[in-house]
Amino acid sequence: MQGFLQSVGYESWVLPALLIIPLIGATVLLLLGQTGGSTAGSDSANGQARAIAFGVLLVEFLVSAGLWWSFNPANPGWHAAIDSAWIPNWGIRFTLGIDGIALMMILLTTLIMPLTVLGSWTSIKTKVHTYFALMMILTSGMLGVFMARDLFLFYVMWEVMLVPMYFIIGIWGGERRLYASIKFFVYTMLPSLLMLVAILYLGVHGGSGGVPNFSYDNLVSHPTLAPRAALWLFGAFFAAFAVKVPMFPFHTWLPDAHVEAPTAGSVILAGIMLKMGTFGFLRFALPLFPGAAMNPTVRAGIITLAVIGIIYGALVAMVQPDFKKLVAYSSVSHLGFVMLGIFALTLQSVQGALMIMINHGISTGALFLLIGMIYERKHSRLIDSYGGIARVVPVFAALLTLVSLSSIGLPGTNGFIGEFLVLIGAFKPYPVFATIAATGVIFAAAYLLWAIQRILFNPLDKKDNEHIPDLNWREIGLMVPFIIVIIWLGVYPAPVLRRMEPSAQRLVTTVAEGVQRVSQPAEPVVATATASATR
Amino acid sequence: MMLLQIATGTHPLAGTIAELVWMLPLLPFLGFLVNGGISLMSAAHVGPADPDMSLGAHGDADSSAHAISEAEEHGAVGDDHHAIQPHRYAGIVSIVGPLVLAASFILAFLIFSQMRAVSMEAPFIQRYFSWMPVGSLQIDAAIQLDQLSMLMVLVITGVGTLIHIFSVGYMREDPGYPRYFAYLNLFVFFMLVLVLGANYPVLFVGWEGVGLCSYLLIGFWFSEKANADAGKKAFIVNRIGDFGFLIAMFMLFANIGVLDFAGVKAAAPGLAFGGAVVTAICLFMFLGCAGKSAQIPLYIWLPDAMAGPTPVSALIHAATMVTAGVYLVARSSFLFSIAPVASLVVAVIGGITALFAATIGLKQWDIKKVLAYSTVSQLGYMFVGVGVGAYSAGVFHLVTHAFFKALLFLGSGSVIYAMHAAYHHTGSHADAQDMRNMGGLKKYMPVTWGLMWAATLAIAGIPPFSGFFSKDSILGATFERAGHSTLADSSLLGISGSGWLYLVYVFGLAAAFLTAVYMTRMMLYTFHGPSRTGSAEESHLTEAPWVMTGPLVVLGILSVIGGWLNLPERIAIGRVGILDHWLDPVVGDATRRVATLTAGEAADAGSTEMILIFVAVAIAVAGIAFAFARLKPQGLVPAADSPEEEGFERVLAHKYYVDEVYDTAIVTPTYQISKHVLWRGIDAGLIDGLLVNGSSALMRSFGWMGSRLQSGAVGTYAWVLVAGVLAVLGAVTLR
Repeated sequence: MQGFLQSVGYESWVLPALLIIPLIGATVLLLLGQTGGSTAGSDSANGQARAIAFGVLLVEFLVSAGLWWSFNPANPGWHAAIDSAWIPNWGIRFTLGIDGIALMMILLTTLIMPLTVLGSWTSIKTKVHTYFALMMILTSGMLGVFMARDLFLFYVMWEVMLVPMYFIIGIWGGERRLYASIKFFVYTMLPSLLMLVAILYLGVHGGSGGVPNFSYDNLVSHPTLAPRAALWLFGAFFAAFAVKVPMFPFHTWLPDAHVEAPTAGSVILAGIMLKMGTFGFLRFALPLFPGAAMNPTVRAGIITLAVIGIIYGALVAMVQPDFKKLVAYSSVSHLGFVMLGIFALTLQSVQGALMIMINHGISTGALFLLIGMIYERKHSRLIDSYGGIARVVPVFAALLTLVSLSSIGLPGTNGFIGEFLVLIGAFKPYPVFATIAATGVIFAAAYLLWAIQRILFNPLDKKDNEHIPDLNWREIGLMVPFIIVIIWLGVYPAPVLRRMEPSAQRLVTTVAEGVQRVSQPAEPVVATATASATR
Repeated sequence: MMLLQIATGTHPLAGTIAELVWMLPLLPFLGFLVNGGISLMSAAHVGPADPDMSLGAHGDADSSAHAISEAEEHGAVGDDHHAIQPHRYAGIVSIVGPLVLAASFILAFLIFSQMRAVSMEAPFIQRYFSWMPVGSLQIDAAIQLDQLSMLMVLVITGVGTLIHIFSVGYMREDPGYPRYFAYLNLFVFFMLVLVLGANYPVLFVGWEGVGLCSYLLIGFWFSEKANADAGKKAFIVNRIGDFGFLIAMFMLFANIGVLDFAGVKAAAPGLAFGGAVVTAICLFMFLGCAGKSAQIPLYIWLPDAMAGPTPVSALIHAATMVTAGVYLVARSSFLFSIAPVASLVVAVIGGITALFAATIGLKQWDIKKVLAYSTVSQLGYMFVGVGVGAYSAGVFHLVTHAFFKALLFLGSGSVIYAMHAAYHHTGSHADAQDMRNMGGLKKYMPVTWGLMWAATLAIAGIPPFSGFFSKDSILGATFERAGHSTLADSSLLGISGSGWLYLVYVFGLAAAFLTAVYMTRMMLYTFHGPSRTGSAEESHLTEAPWVMTGPLVVLGILSVIGGWLNLPERIAIGRVGILDHWLDPVVGDATRRVATLTAGEAADAGSTEMILIFVAVAIAVAGIAFAFARLKPQGLVPAADSPEEEGFERVLAHKYYVDEVYDTAIVTPTYQISKHVLWRGIDAGLIDGLLVNGSSALMRSFGWMGSRLQSGAVGTYAWVLVAGVLAVLGAVTLR
């Protein structure tokens, strides 16, 4: 496989190709949607749009899959790197590249996207072409975030990603979609603007000869920031990322956005976009500002918020009457584990955080898809409108049970690996926080098992639930990849862990070195100390 | 799955049949796949392409959605046995289900024979692949075969096979028949992973896996809310324990850096003897044991777990899963033996639980509830054993308990089966598990009656039945350790360890008395005296078919002769201390570390031991006699006509109101606070209401953006977006 990939020069074109393929798909879809004229909106035209979208994203996945083999963990630098000038006057370059972390995020994205198209097969009935075109643009934006090695390019991609999601929620969403979409947009836009200011400051500050420099590598390896400035800049990045994660107490956009978004929107939001925040911390906030991020007060504050998020998210999830909202709050809890893992900053905890990022994408994505499937049948997300339907829809019941078990971290499924690694890694530096966080496993079992009991089990006491049709082959088929990944990552996660380990290790050492550098501009101090001693 | 077998070197078992140890769990797993596949296939009705019924014609939905077969419609009402015809794939399931277990047992026996032939001190460890390799944390998917795990495997697959066979008869007419066997096979798979895992995380996979199967099987008849509730309760309470287990693992890694048994055993002496670290590790681990093995304060799930089918109660909630905590303490004897205070806690909690549960058992009317509290109580004994450092005595009681308690549960299953069939004939809805509706069954079920008496004498501790020997070795060890041991030298809550252990001994004796009483009560009310079943039903009461009674006979024999596994020196009516000797390579060092008796003192202890044995037997006999003298089955009336209990009896019948206390003190407040304070207060009120929506600037921007969105020209926006992004990318390519 590696030989073949090398022979086609895979690494030299794969990243730009991954950005362009969905955009080509979007263009085709939009053209068809407009030139179709009278036939636009007809069943056959819609079917064509779906098929194109699925086909394009399938190609996207296949193209990206080569990265799994071409990626050599032993090579410490950027993989599949691209670097060309873009806006030279402002020192902005078009540089792409991935490490082990980005690799897994990209594969997660390209795996989930075609499956969300399958999941929206029959539920999207209006403006089908535009809908799928927006999903294509979204794909490019998200992949761009994971690939960008230039801070300005990163910011552009960050915003490209925001807009399609705003439309997806606002147009194809539920009853309160307007409120939810605007809340989502404003909530995430305002701190992003802060981050833009910080990026501009960094670029100008890091530049030379009047030309700014937005290169990530340059900014990480040549930090010249005063500690106070670093703290402010970290604050700006923190705001943007913490909202995206979302960390308690910046999470209230998420339940609304999830509930109102169409199924695919929820899947993408939870499965991929929430990882943008934690990815941002890993890629930018920590390596760029190690001193600020590891400032004992800042670090303890963030870990406290993370642990509050774990418990709070789980407890609030428990009392939700709406299944989608329940899963939304459970995301707050899961992402709390990720934040704990990142800021505990041991190799195990960071690896665990990365695993949860993947697992949460898989498990929560699958949960939202399943909720979407049952919603299409009954048009209700209220847990209490179901009950006892395991007898009516046994396949749905089996899948929902399995996915729920993976979400609550049953050993043997993917969910366990991440939580275990985060907690075991965080326990050494932060035993008390890790212990409190570990109680999250109890609450997780409580809210999800209680929910699936009220949906699947108990007496089948509502007449109109007796004839809900079970999943069809399309739906069963689209769940199969999720199930495979759930079991695979639970039983044999070693290949994934090995691919991410050098990147995680580098993060831990980079930040540790950075902290030392910041805390020891100490030479003059030492000099005065010895001077005074000799005096 | 990749099998990167690492050479096992020069171990005496290398190259023998023991290399096939991975097949032990794999066989039941294959059974799970087959039965699970059959279950899902036969239940599934794949839905229509467009699931949206509101748009499709309604008739179409009806014709395509015959999701509930006739059988399910009638059968899944959450009751044992509403006779309908067997599942259409019952034949193959009845073969696959028990067969994989039997094959596993035969293989286990062959490996066991091989182990007896060679002398092995070190465990036989097989590494298959790297599970979680993260820097200094290296966790392998590995199996460890030693004397302790071998013994557990034999018990699990042996008793498991018998219970699977019994299930063929018991569950034959249930519409969920393949699903039942799928879960049961899966359970055995996880249980074998639990006892064969070579490190704590792999053990934990089995640990939570058996919890999952327990959850699925307790809620097997999930259409009844009480059953689904019971399953969920079991899982969540177990999770509380699992939290403790997790913390114990984290502490091990933080302090030792390894999690495999061999590594921890090698590093354990480096921990300070009786230090805070090892004590905390052991206490957190014991929290896990208290959850899984139903000890105070986490025992509350086990009585509710009786909602599952009765063979499940026998296999999971008596013979195997609930003893996993005892296994874990024995497995971790290298830790507990250097943590005397933690061991003392184990013994004290075990003693209190043994007595406490026995008192509740006195006033239960549901035959399975009696046995459930009895199980909690007997598990308490086992923890007394492993707590005082008599690890092989605790494991010995685990084994004999597996025999006689499985027999008691299966026997009660036969009784319930007969009662159910009788009530079904007459269409009565009386409770088939309430002893007040039974009585006089001896006449109709003589074989079950005889076998259950054998088990009752065993659990009561009457010689020479198996329970006598195992219970006596625990009580004897407790008394001896109260005099001389590292535990006796330590102290807990200001009271000397010696004092605690004498108290535990007294508790053990008291519990033994109560055990004899409540078990005799159960036998009297069920089998003796006049029948209260109802005259119309009486003619339909019969012995269960041989597929069910056969396994009872085997268990009956084991319950009688099981004591010969480990005869004490004072009663040398055969080879002495076989089990002690067998387990010596695993727990011997730890046992000797705890017991500080010198040789001279041990010789003196001989006469004391005979007195202790005499006292224990006298107490058991007294209990049985007391029950015969005081309890008059003639005075009982059927459940429907019975008055409420009064006074302390009422407190016992309501299990000291512990469930109610937990509910009021923990469950309800958590729910209400989460709902009203966290969600409505903080989330919706403070953050959203005040900070987000309250900001007028935000509101204005909401309005502005909303008006844009509603103009409906989304297509235009999408175009702008694509064009923009393409321009960005194009700028690069066109340069």
